[in-house]
Amino acid sequence: MEAFGLLLHGFSVLLTWKVLAVMMVGLVLGIFVGVLPGLGGPNGVAILLPLTFTMDPTSAIVMLSCIYWGALFGGAITSILFNIPGEAWSVATTFDGYPMAQQGKAAEALTAAFTSSFIGSLTAVLLITFLAPGIASFALRFGPPEFFAVYLLTFCSFVGLGREDKHKTIISMTLGLLLAGIGMDTVSGTLRMTFGSNELLRGINFLVAVIGLFGISEILLTMEERLALRGHAASISLRVVLKVWKEMPRYWATLLRSSVIGCWLGITPGGAIAASFMGYNLAKRFSKDKDSFGKGRIEGVFAPETAAHASGTSALLPMLALGIPGSGTAAILLGGLMVWGLNPGPLLFVEHKDFVWGLIASMYLGNVVGLVLVLTTVPVFAAVLRVPFAAIAPMIVVSCAIGAYAIQNAMFDIWLMLGFGVVGYVFKKIGIPLAPFTLALVLGNRAEDAFRLSMIGAGGDLTVFWSNGLVGSITTLAFVLLFWPVLGRVFERASRLWRPANDRGTRPA
Amino acid sequence: MATPETEIVVEDPTAPAGDSPSVVSTRTVEIVVSLLLLALALLLGYDNWRTGIAWAPDGPQAGYFPFYLALILGAASLYGLFISLVTGAGAAQTFVTRAQLSRVMQVFIPTLAFCLLTQWLGLYVASFLLITSFMRVVGRIALWKSLLTAFLFAVVMFVTFDLAFDVIMPKGPLEAAFGY
Repeated sequence: MEAFGLLLHGFSVLLTWKVLAVMMVGLVLGIFVGVLPGLGGPNGVAILLPLTFTMDPTSAIVMLSCIYWGALFGGAITSILFNIPGEAWSVATTFDGYPMAQQGKAAEALTAAFTSSFIGSLTAVLLITFLAPGIASFALRFGPPEFFAVYLLTFCSFVGLGREDKHKTIISMTLGLLLAGIGMDTVSGTLRMTFGSNELLRGINFLVAVIGLFGISEILLTMEERLALRGHAASISLRVVLKVWKEMPRYWATLLRSSVIGCWLGITPGGAIAASFMGYNLAKRFSKDKDSFGKGRIEGVFAPETAAHASGTSALLPMLALGIPGSGTAAILLGGLMVWGLNPGPLLFVEHKDFVWGLIASMYLGNVVGLVLVLTTVPVFAAVLRVPFAAIAPMIVVSCAIGAYAIQNAMFDIWLMLGFGVVGYVFKKIGIPLAPFTLALVLGNRAEDAFRLSMIGAGGDLTVFWSNGLVGSITTLAFVLLFWPVLGRVFERASRLWRPANDRGTRPA
Repeated sequence: MATPETEIVVEDPTAPAGDSPSVVSTRTVEIVVSLLLLALALLLGYDNWRTGIAWAPDGPQAGYFPFYLALILGAASLYGLFISLVTGAGAAQTFVTRAQLSRVMQVFIPTLAFCLLTQWLGLYVASFLLITSFMRVVGRIALWKSLLTAFLFAVVMFVTFDLAFDVIMPKGPLEAAFGY
């Protein structure tokens, strides 16, 4: 049990007053971010990133990951009390959470949501603890061709498995990769795509783009809606908590199923949103009493929350072990790691043991502390929503500007942020997904370097990506996933030949 | 407060009307975006072609990788353009209504002004002005509340970033008068 020993070492790194204080601050900020409309996990982390620039890397990553946990917890509060999902992944929580609040069982619903979040995260963290070191040491044998194949796999699976229009995913991804290439070429030192501008020489900073795309554009989108809201206040008593916990073991199958779905979708770039819906739908399908779902059934809160958190947490597994983020927020954490000069990927486990195990230990501790914190302070955070959006919106704008400026001390970045805000607004409205863009922007240079290093090694021979069994199967899998929709249609058509189509009308429009 | 303690009610006095007419259809916006992306792809493709897309003795030249990305981007935008023009998908869909657009402008124009003012007045003074005017005009919140909130926020930000965390923000004449 090498992992266990290292984990204990991680806890010893962590248990100082300073780190614990940072953890609490991160969690509180994170819950705020999750509760407030127009702010979400990704931009919350991106905006608050500059705060951590003066900290040591361990405290900094603990704070950032705690903001992330906090945001995951916070999303549930607004879903249940106000029927407003603070985050896209808490939409499924509103189905049964809000009816429960209407029936006066808000405290039960909140306890159920927080506890199942905790269980989901815990499952995923256990997975990370025991799987990540293995994957990392396996990946240590990877050369540039293998790494490029893995990047290719990530990109292709986004295109092939994403639910958006294929060409829109491709647009978003290539745009991200192109913008990542602006500035000094890292291999040859040549300038490209700068058009003689000194500002573009630095390249387009990933975090500036994220703050604009998620922060500013979210404000613009939120303003379009009617922002009046009406909801329930709630406080949680110990009696309610114990009652829910006593009921919980009955739903072990739902919890287990949702955890597994969440972990799987988190590692592959499917995301927490898909996981929460799938968790909910499967719980409904396997239930004996299907009609009671949507009317305030506690199981309907357990299922999506467990899945969303398992997926949100396990998205960090490929980031730590391979340097490939499984979600938008993980991509931003990865951007943060690079700010401190840490190179995420398999070498991290060898070169920065303290850091990696400190981070993993902080996932355990952060979730326990977070659970206690949200259970005791729900009324305070629900009251935050009494503050009108007209007061919150300009504050978020200012925070975004501070975040964008602080990264490189450049006024140009504030303008860039505003530009990305408009781009993000338009893209979201016409259905061009932003997650592939984020991922491409953060991975662009690494993917290109891997490609060029493998080309240099192979003397320009493209068959290097099929030169051995490992790299060959990853590359082939990448292409299979890329053309998955086409392949799937071929299978469907083949099966329709001997089964006449009669269910055409049942398809959702 | 007339509402009981168990309810939280927040009003939105300047909410957009639900029956506002459409300004532009999603299809039109998709066509415009496709054209812009196509132009961008051509521009970046040309620039990378100029940088060099061939193979040097030590592997591909600097423009090789982005050149082919620009090609893919161009192809995908052409496809998008083709889809919108031929099928007319999204023609009936509203991209934004007039009321929504005016609300979005209510936040976008102050943000633009804020960015401009930051260059002359510094970030903290600009944020004070932004928050006060936004709360007063869009939120119809009492003037003293708006002023107080904006002032407190600017001070807290200054103390947190410039003093406690050493993250230096752009500053203007007011900060200079206090010696920062």
